[in-house]
Amino acid sequence: MSVLTLRALSKRYGRIQAVDGVNLTSGEGELLAILGPSGSGKSTIMRLVAGLEMPTSGDILIDSKSVLGIPPKDRNVAMVFQSFALYPHMSVRDNILFPLVARKVPKPLRQPKLDQVSRMLGIEDLLDRRPTRLSGGQQQKVALARALVRDPELFVFDEPLSSLDAKIRSQAQAELRELHDRTGITMLYVTHDQIEALGLADRIAVINQGRLHQVGTPRELYMDPADLFVAGFVGTPPMNLLPIDDDTIAGLRPEHLRLASTASAAGDYALDLEVTVNQLEYLGSEWLAYGTVHSGLPEQGEPQQVIARLPAGTEPPFSTGDRCRFVGTHQDVRWFDRNTGKRKPAAVGAVA
Amino acid sequence: MNSSTIAPVEHAREEGLLARLGRALDRPQVLVWLMLGPAVLYIIAFVGFPFILAIALSLSDATIGDPSLDRYVGLANFAAVMRQDAFWIALRNSLLITAASIGLLLVLATAASELLVYSFRGKRLFQVLFILPWAMPVSLAAIAWLWLLDSQFSPVDWVLVQLGLLGPGSPLGPFSHLYYLGRPWLGIASLVVADVWRMLPLATIIVLAARLSIPEERFQQARIDGAGFFRILFRITIPALRPMLIVAILFTSLLIIGEMGMVEILTRGAPGHATQVLPYWAYLKGIQSGSLGQGAAIALFLFPFLLVAAVLALRAAYRSPEA
Repeated sequence: MSVLTLRALSKRYGRIQAVDGVNLTSGEGELLAILGPSGSGKSTIMRLVAGLEMPTSGDILIDSKSVLGIPPKDRNVAMVFQSFALYPHMSVRDNILFPLVARKVPKPLRQPKLDQVSRMLGIEDLLDRRPTRLSGGQQQKVALARALVRDPELFVFDEPLSSLDAKIRSQAQAELRELHDRTGITMLYVTHDQIEALGLADRIAVINQGRLHQVGTPRELYMDPADLFVAGFVGTPPMNLLPIDDDTIAGLRPEHLRLASTASAAGDYALDLEVTVNQLEYLGSEWLAYGTVHSGLPEQGEPQQVIARLPAGTEPPFSTGDRCRFVGTHQDVRWFDRNTGKRKPAAVGAVA
Repeated sequence: MNSSTIAPVEHAREEGLLARLGRALDRPQVLVWLMLGPAVLYIIAFVGFPFILAIALSLSDATIGDPSLDRYVGLANFAAVMRQDAFWIALRNSLLITAASIGLLLVLATAASELLVYSFRGKRLFQVLFILPWAMPVSLAAIAWLWLLDSQFSPVDWVLVQLGLLGPGSPLGPFSHLYYLGRPWLGIASLVVADVWRMLPLATIIVLAARLSIPEERFQQARIDGAGFFRILFRITIPALRPMLIVAILFTSLLIIGEMGMVEILTRGAPGHATQVLPYWAYLKGIQSGSLGQGAAIALFLFPFLLVAAVLALRAAYRSPEA
């Protein structure tokens, strides 16, 4: 089990700063996700770790040893691309054996490794097939087997689930997690899909415009976003972000925007809003109410839009067009500095 | 807008010549023949008819003096042609020159396409210079080669002499000239070099197109999997290029084996018939010596073999797994 460390890692392509001073250390055997929108630099980080690109500055260490200058073929980093990048002219068996052949592993040692990984992934029956004849899920397993066969120190995944059908994606995700738990190999998992990252990772590093915004467990990211970007990016629908004054923005998760009549703590609310419900969406497991704030916030140019999430167990006690009182407790509201975007200590900005 | 009534859409058929013509052109049966017609006519007139004529000539006793197809002689022309030594030398040379050129072309085109995949300073200029041999008329190119390989004034010889490789007491012999076009094997080698030089742009473009269609991730994956340059070249790149390499072989070999311009200008088949090739021999027999029947027989001799080879090659190219 290895530890990956990125030290002030930067990569510049001409005038574009793709990665900007990222510091990040994985735990031993951790499944660490890198989450960011497209163009955030997350794929560049992955390519730097794999050795496909050289950083402009900074350092990459595996088990406290710098791997800069080591070409990809000599780094023991396995990678699974989004497209799986299987070799179409080789059988599944030859695909899986390729890393062993390329690394000149002696012949007698190859077969046991092949048997082991193909059994682990349940693809023993596919070994003589061509990759082009396989389904997406099967292709992914072959790609995983090929990455696993040489006992890598580090696993790097590039959006491994996004080319699968939605139907089998959750199953593949569970299998991936199980594979990680069974092998204990440190994994770097790059994705733009927060549901994937939240559901799969031990910790998540949120990246935007080449900068690291926050590293934390899924729960930390969701409950305690470090800044406005994380607050707006993690969670669907995102956090309600309401400007309070020139310095402060209040953030409140949709499920924490409650009807005053159903809220527990009576009286002392951090946010107390009059909202007109514009639209009501039924999503099976929950309701989403979209509304416009009428009062409860300081006078703004534009009326603020908010989203509230209600459990679907009961019919919402209002309908479209109603004006209702929604509240957020001190415990639930997060405060952000409007200028820097950073989190502020609780209860600095009080609402009239 | 205060009007709430909507006028009904008119569906009346338009009359008149243009309208009827337009309707006719909308029908696929009409359009297909209109579009394909010129191409079909062209092929019948300039490919089909001459081909049938060549077969008819090869089975008749037609000469320049009496070009009528009135006497059927069976395979007599073929038999006569095969009794001549020059024919067998020409056949051997045609196959040899084509095979040697293709071998060299495959290596050079693959190497050139590997180079042209990457961007480097002066790539544009390199590309222009690279395509030049293909853009040049055959005769002009052949004359340039004639001068380069001249028996007295060859710049190649001069360079070799300056390098001390040629001339008295040097590895390549005591003379200061190699007489490329006057010696049998050097003549054939010269023809191979000139053909390779001329065909390399076409072969490279075909191979480069295939090379660019291989997803970049596959190469990155191979690097991560531990493969070095040569393993990637032979285990990843070339297998993916295979279908297009077959197409490149097919195109360039058909062009080389049917080409007589280079031979006519560089060696005229000399010395003796040592550098003779089939198309030039067919021309000499059929046009110069006036025996249209024998000329056609020589020209047609390779046709069945080339046809089978082409069909097999195309099949192999199509059957290859998706690249």
